[in-house]
Amino acid sequence: MAATLAIQLLYSFGALPLGFATWRPVLYAYVAWSLCLGVSQVLIYGEVGERALFVLPAVLFTVAVVIFPTIFAIFMAFTDWNLSSTTGPRFNGLANFYQMVGDPYFWNAFGNMGFYLAAVAVEYALAFGLALLLNAEIRGRKFFRIVFLLPFMLSPVAVSWMIGKSIMDFRVGPLTHLLRIFGWENPSFFTSPWIARFSVAALDAWLWTPFVIILLLAGLQAIPKELKEASAIDGATEWQSFWYVTFPLMLPVSLTAILVRIIFQLKLADIVINTTYGGPGGATDTISSFIFREYKDRSNVGYGTMMAMFYLICIVIFLTLFLKATNRFSKRARGI
Amino acid sequence: MNGRLNHFLGKLLVYSILAGWSFICLFPIYWTFTTSFKKNKDIVQGHLIPWLDFTPDWIGWRSIGLSPDRIGVVSTVRDEFLLRFENSVIVSTGSAGLALVLGTLAAYGLVRFQYRFLFYRNDEISFFFLSQLILPPVALALPILAFYNGLALLDTKAGLIIIYALSVLPIVLWVMRDQFASIPIELEHAAMVDGCSIWGVFVRIVLPLAGPGMVAAFILALILCWNEYFIAALLTSTNAKTLPVMVASQVSTSGIGWWTMAALSFASILPLVLVGLLLERFIVKGLTAGAGK
Repeated sequence: MAATLAIQLLYSFGALPLGFATWRPVLYAYVAWSLCLGVSQVLIYGEVGERALFVLPAVLFTVAVVIFPTIFAIFMAFTDWNLSSTTGPRFNGLANFYQMVGDPYFWNAFGNMGFYLAAVAVEYALAFGLALLLNAEIRGRKFFRIVFLLPFMLSPVAVSWMIGKSIMDFRVGPLTHLLRIFGWENPSFFTSPWIARFSVAALDAWLWTPFVIILLLAGLQAIPKELKEASAIDGATEWQSFWYVTFPLMLPVSLTAILVRIIFQLKLADIVINTTYGGPGGATDTISSFIFREYKDRSNVGYGTMMAMFYLICIVIFLTLFLKATNRFSKRARGI
Repeated sequence: MNGRLNHFLGKLLVYSILAGWSFICLFPIYWTFTTSFKKNKDIVQGHLIPWLDFTPDWIGWRSIGLSPDRIGVVSTVRDEFLLRFENSVIVSTGSAGLALVLGTLAAYGLVRFQYRFLFYRNDEISFFFLSQLILPPVALALPILAFYNGLALLDTKAGLIIIYALSVLPIVLWVMRDQFASIPIELEHAAMVDGCSIWGVFVRIVLPLAGPGMVAAFILALILCWNEYFIAALLTSTNAKTLPVMVASQVSTSGIGWWTMAALSFASILPLVLVGLLLERFIVKGLTAGAGK
């Protein structure tokens, strides 16, 4: 194994002076090295090695696709690399960082993320209500469940057109017609900043509420019926039995749903890119869509990477704090 | 009597809310489908119901070469569409398959055996995998772009498959861990006693039992890969462009007919709508993995 590693190292360093046209050989070398590593595990450690073979492929794969680019990204973040310019990357220290700190559009996108995250709370409340109704004694639950799940299957890009660009079209969209009837003189969903933000959030909710509904419904169905009957016998009203029995029992599922939703919300970009392209004036930008535009419009790779890295650090800090807070919260709730 | 009336009104309210939300879910799909059959004047006047309001015509489908009368005729738009469609199919099934293989193996290992690597133990290794989920595509996209440039993987399906597989690997792992934890370990012990090796047990006993979980994980991965736009838009240009990128580029083209866009959008969502209708059970299973705990 050590020998293969040594050969691999020699090979990858040798790739530079020997001047391969691309770095492809290094990729092949990595794959070959991984195979050797696997075989040597079995040969050296026997059965224990065979066990390692289960996890090893995934580990090697993830390391290759995440760790190397990340190291590369840290290097890129401190360069003035612009793909459209003829010069290659040049180290420019913290200049990207200072540019980012002074960039009002970046902080605007940052603030927008706060708004979109707050929208998750509304989505959660809506989904909880619908899940409760689905869990009630109704006919055709299977039908409703399939219908409610459908938006989750659809491509955000197609939905951006289907809803964002056609149903919400300011001249002939059906929703526009409807709102005219209700007395909104000139409905336009993407021209004033706040309305545009709400429109994007609504589109996003349309796509993602199904996921929350399904998760909460599964949680509700796992609650034993006896508990509710018992609380009814004790004379609890519907509201009391929801607030003191159902809701606390739903807490773990709720937290999972919200956490997953937040994680995906932090990645939000495709709807924004395809309906408003960040407009009007960057009002609907998310961080992801902002960096996307920075690259598409200006090929500014160095600056974009600096923002992406900064964003990644913020996400990690935010989620760590969120997990800590929810852990404490659910512990206290269980204590009562 | 009053109680029964209340009960009835309550039921009515419940059903009307459910029906209302169903309408919200279904209307955009219905709208897109019908719009692909509408002429310009029908769209402008907001006609909604075919045959009653307007006479349906294959106009949208004709423009992308998929209407019955154009199916035999040569059409560049259709070729382009089919190429993108094929790319999407290859990329999404390829990456979902790759993630399924890697994720299933890793999940089984992490559920059944104890590992130690430096200070990493099972929990830390699991966390390492699951934490990849929080990695926003944007943090990886630009470095991967430069990286692929060097590796000559830019604008190839293989490159796209690799990065998609990475992005859905945590989800597969999550679903499969849940699945494996529900398989009784006694079965495996019995097979071991009968002289099966670890891998023999895994292939012959465990995998067949884990079938539903694998289907669920695969479909979930497939949905996410099929719909992915952000990374595809950055990493592909002519060769490996996928369906969402094509749809998006049409959206920004001005002057394209609504009927064309509607037909295109509908064609791009149709496969997943069918998957959703037929395999809803598995999707729900995948989504709710681990939610009961």
